[in-house]
Amino acid sequence: MTNVYVVGTDMIKFGRFPERTVDDLGAEAALLALADCGLTIADMQAVYCGNLFQASAAVGQRVLKQIGQTGVPVVNTANACATGATAFREGWMAIKAGVYDLVLAVGVEQMGKGLLGGGGGKDDGIPTEGLLGSGTMPSVFAHVGLEHSRKYGTTFEQFAKVSVKNHHHSTLNPKAMYRVETPLEEVMNAEMISYPNTKLMCSVNVDGSAAAVLCSEKKAKELGLMSRAVKVRASALASDPWSKHNLAAMDFNPVTQIAAKTAYEMAGLGPDDIDLVELHDCFATAEIVHYENLGLCKDGDAGRMIDTGETALGGRIPVNVSGGLLSKGHPLGATGIANIYEITTHLRCEAGERQVEGARIGLTHVVGAGSACAVHVLEKV
Amino acid sequence: MSAAPSTTSALPKAAVPFLKIPEHGEPYLEGHRCSACKEVFMEARRACPKCTKIGTLKPEKLANTGKLYNFTVVHRNFPGVKVPFISAIVDLDGGGSLKGNLVDIEPDMSKLKFDMPVKVVFRDAGRQDKAGNKYLAYFFIPA
Ligand SMILES: [Zn+2]
Repeated sequence: MTNVYVVGTDMIKFGRFPERTVDDLGAEAALLALADCGLTIADMQAVYCGNLFQASAAVGQRVLKQIGQTGVPVVNTANACATGATAFREGWMAIKAGVYDLVLAVGVEQMGKGLLGGGGGKDDGIPTEGLLGSGTMPSVFAHVGLEHSRKYGTTFEQFAKVSVKNHHHSTLNPKAMYRVETPLEEVMNAEMISYPNTKLMCSVNVDGSAAAVLCSEKKAKELGLMSRAVKVRASALASDPWSKHNLAAMDFNPVTQIAAKTAYEMAGLGPDDIDLVELHDCFATAEIVHYENLGLCKDGDAGRMIDTGETALGGRIPVNVSGGLLSKGHPLGATGIANIYEITTHLRCEAGERQVEGARIGLTHVVGAGSACAVHVLEKV
Repeated sequence: MSAAPSTTSALPKAAVPFLKIPEHGEPYLEGHRCSACKEVFMEARRACPKCTKIGTLKPEKLANTGKLYNFTVVHRNFPGVKVPFISAIVDLDGGGSLKGNLVDIEPDMSKLKFDMPVKVVFRDAGRQDKAGNKYLAYFFIPA
């Protein structure tokens, strides 16, 4: 099977664009990614489009109506917060299978503000949010964090430090939604949403889009695109296996562990070989548990990792130097491909102020409620 | 269809399908135990989510006692939902795990302890559907 490369990628600066349409946002990222490798939509043999909130509305086809209706196959994906990564992975798989040489993956979302999850009213029966516990995302991830506290004594302050770090990183990223330092006291004293997640420990609901052009090895060489190409060393996707509290509370740990293990095996390497990580910090509590789920440290060591700054820019294994979902923003369908953009930019040594020096191998991770987890390993050529 | 209160039945409705309200006797939580792997699930399924055996889940009455596995105090929620409240995940004695509100205790993190014993109680949900039907819900209280 051929090697598959990211030859072009870009994202728009995340923000709130209520006056724009989903297809327009997607089209902007698509054109940016195509321009990044000097190709056009006419060169693409298929399009994979990730979008969650308009999953039934042919978003990929609508993007083509903005940038060129070439008649190629379009596949629209919806897979919780792994939606964008799933679109990317479908494109990767088609090239691996030898069906195409060049495909475009686009992820796009228009969000609006407010709480996600929990559900509203029903026609029959009564709403159970706040009656039978809480299913809002801040509460779900509060339980995720406190399960870690239960096992290892992780503190409110340690969770809060994740936000301090990622908000700091975002000040170095011109494409992040927020670019503001948030000292520890400010994070901890912000409005409490669901303990221990304060408002500054919740990801930002933003609009955004990101895109990537995927290419076979033969075609990349033929087109002279290898110099800035980044190899996809592994692409893994998992659904949540049975675990004791998964049905009552949503357990994002085993699903991430499976995807990570599959990706490391496919790449033929381990966590020690990874130079930087973009992981799913939808809430500050989530980042802590994923250090362990991705094998970046031993079980129970995540609290120490955030205390010692090992995951900050300049540390042993920088995590979310883009600012992460917490500060760059989290447009669900775009997030997975925005992570690919971030890692690719570092491996190309084009990340400017936030560049992870000497980065050769990077890992991306997204996990969404339901559950779906995608892990990709990318390598500098 | 009339929405008048006169259409409501004498027995309240259950807030969730696994809360059973017999005509005689006390309400209870019903689980489904897999005869192959012994795991307990709150809802009926065609096959066991854990061991994949088909047709092994059998309904059984679950215990009214358990331990507090996990909790959080929720301070912000949707409009109309009274905050703060405690969202709790409880492991019932003998099997079954479920999420619910922990009540009759201050919604204060310092008052809550992992594995503290709790009891399951059944009370009016304080919410009605569009037809004005009353609902019975389960709650956890400190034992
Ligand atoms: Zn079973």
